[in-house]
Amino acid sequence: MKLFAAGKKWNKYFVAGLIMTGLAVLLGVLGLFWTPYSTTAMSAAERFAAPSLRHWFGTDNFGRDIFSRVMQGMSTTILISAAVVLISGAAGVLLGALTGYFGGVLDEAVMRVTDAVNGFPSILLALVMISILGNGRQNLILSLGIVFVPSYVRIVRGEYLRLRDADYIKRARLMGVGRFRILFVHILPNILPVFGVSVMIGLNNAILAESGMSYLGIGVQAPDASLGNMLSDAQGYLQAAPWYALAPGLVIVWIVLGFSLFGEGIRRQME
Amino acid sequence: MRYLGKKLITLIMTLFLVSAAAFLAFQIIPGDVVTSILGTEATPEREEQLREELGLNYPPVVRYFHWIADVLRGDLGVSYRYSKNMNEMMPVTELIGDKLPVTLWLAALSLLLIMAVSIPLGVLWAKSKSRFADMLLGVSTQAAMAVPAFFLGILVTYFFGIVLKLFAPGGYVSYKKDFWGFLGYLLFPALSIAIPKIAMTARFLRNAMLTEMNADYVRTAYGKGCSRRRVMYGHVLRNAMIPVITFLGMIIAEIVAGSIVIEQVFGLPGIGRLLISSVSTRDLPVVEILILYITFVVIFVYFLIDILYRVIDPRISEK
Repeated sequence: MKLFAAGKKWNKYFVAGLIMTGLAVLLGVLGLFWTPYSTTAMSAAERFAAPSLRHWFGTDNFGRDIFSRVMQGMSTTILISAAVVLISGAAGVLLGALTGYFGGVLDEAVMRVTDAVNGFPSILLALVMISILGNGRQNLILSLGIVFVPSYVRIVRGEYLRLRDADYIKRARLMGVGRFRILFVHILPNILPVFGVSVMIGLNNAILAESGMSYLGIGVQAPDASLGNMLSDAQGYLQAAPWYALAPGLVIVWIVLGFSLFGEGIRRQME
Repeated sequence: MRYLGKKLITLIMTLFLVSAAAFLAFQIIPGDVVTSILGTEATPEREEQLREELGLNYPPVVRYFHWIADVLRGDLGVSYRYSKNMNEMMPVTELIGDKLPVTLWLAALSLLLIMAVSIPLGVLWAKSKSRFADMLLGVSTQAAMAVPAFFLGILVTYFFGIVLKLFAPGGYVSYKKDFWGFLGYLLFPALSIAIPKIAMTARFLRNAMLTEMNADYVRTAYGKGCSRRRVMYGHVLRNAMIPVITFLGMIIAEIVAGSIVIEQVFGLPGIGRLLISSVSTRDLPVVEILILYITFVVIFVYFLIDILYRVIDPRISEK
C-alpha cells in the first residue's frame, strides 16, 4: 500500500495531476499577495482589450486586467473549497470512524441520514442551507461543509468497518490500547490513501459547487472576484469580449481536471 | 404486490419526514416575517392582524400540520415578496403555475437527448475495437464531465448563439405564444444539461457492457450459434441496461438540479430561476414549496425506478 516506495514509478495520471493542480494552487496562493495589475484599477482606454502580451487574458468592461482577477478568483475559490473540504472531511472522519468502529444505533441513524442526503443533488441542499443561514462567504463555507459531510462518512465508515477486526487492531486491543488511540493512531493512517482519493473528489465537488453558487449570485459577492461571479459578469459581454468568459471558465475546467487526474493517480499508485 | 404495498408505505413515510424537515428547518431562521413585510413603522394592531392571517400564532408543529393540510388541498400559501396589487398577496400557486411547464419541458427534452445519444454511443464504444476511438472517447467524455454546467451553458450560447447564430441568446419565446419556437430555444439549454450526462451514461453503459461480455451466457449464446448482432443486442445490451436504468434515475435527479443553474444561464422563466430569486430575497413560503416540490419529484423518480427495476429483472424479486 506504500504510495511512494523507493523505485516505484509515478504513473502518468499522478504526474499530470500534480503539475496541473500544483500550477493552479501556486497561482492561487500568489494571487493572495501579488497580481501583475491591480484587480480593481479601471482604465477606460483599455476596455475589452483582446488577450496580448501586456494583458494575457485581455481586459474586461472596466478595463481591468482579467489575468489578475482570475488569479484573485482562483485564490478565493481554492481557499473556500479547501475550507469546505476541511470541515466536511474532519466531520466525515469523526462520524465515519465512530459509526464504522462501534456500529450500533448511532451507525444505523447516521447511515439512514447519509443515504437520504446522498440521493439528493448537492446544489439543492446547499440552496436550502443558504436560505436558512443567509448569503455571505462564511455561510457559503458552512453550508457546503455540511452538505458534503455524508460523502466522506460513507467511505471512512467502510474502511473502519474493514479494519475493525484486522489482526493488528485485535492485538492493540489486547494490549490495552485506548479506544481513541486505536481509532485515530492505529487505524486512521491506514485509511489515508483511500481518504486522499475522496478528498480529491471532494475538492472538485467543492470547487464546482462554490463557483456554481457564486455564478448564481448567492456565494461570493460582487467586489470580491471569484471564478463563478466573474463568469456571470462576463456573460453579458459574450459578443464583445468572449475571452472574458473563457478565461475564468477554462481555469475552472483546468483545476477540476487537475484534481480528478490527481485523484486517479493516487488510486492507481496504490495498486 | 406485497412488495409494492411496503414500498408505498415507505414512500409516504419518506414524504412525510422530508416535508416536516423542510418545514421545520425554515422555522429556526432568525428574523420576524411580519416586520419584514410591513416594515418597522406598522401599528401593533396591523401586525397582530397579519400574524393571524399568516397563522403565525401557533407553535411550529401545529403550523406544520396546517401547512401540509393546506398543501394537500392545493393551497400553497402566499409569497412574502410578490404581491398581486396593493391589498392582495400573491398566491404561490399562481407564481409557480406558468413557470412549471418551462422546467418540465426542459427536463423532458434533456432526458430525451441523453437517452437518444448516450445509449447508441455506449453500445458503439463497447463494440469498437479501435484503440484510437477508445482513447478519443475516453478523453472527450472525461473532459465533458469536468466542465461545470454554467460554463457549458455559456459555451453553448457562444458557439451556437453568437458564432453559428442558430438561436438568439436571451430571446426566450413563451410556450403560450409559439410552442415550436419555445422548443427550439429550449433545445440549447437542454443540450447544456445533457452533454455531461451523456458522457457519464455512455461511459457507464460501456463499462456495464464490457463486464457482461465476459459472462458465461455470452459464450453459451455464441456456442448455440447466435450471430454477434443477436448476442450484442438480445443478450448483452439487455443485461447491461439494468444498472443503467438505476443510473438514469440518478441522472433525472441531477437534471432537476442542473435546470436550476441552466435556467439562470439562458434566462428561462422556470421554477429553478424562481427558486434562486426566492432564496436571495428570502421569500420562504416560495422556497419551502419549491424545495418540497423538487424533493417529491426526486423521491418519486427513485420510487418508480425501484419498481421498474423489479419488472425488468425478475431475479431481484426472487431473493
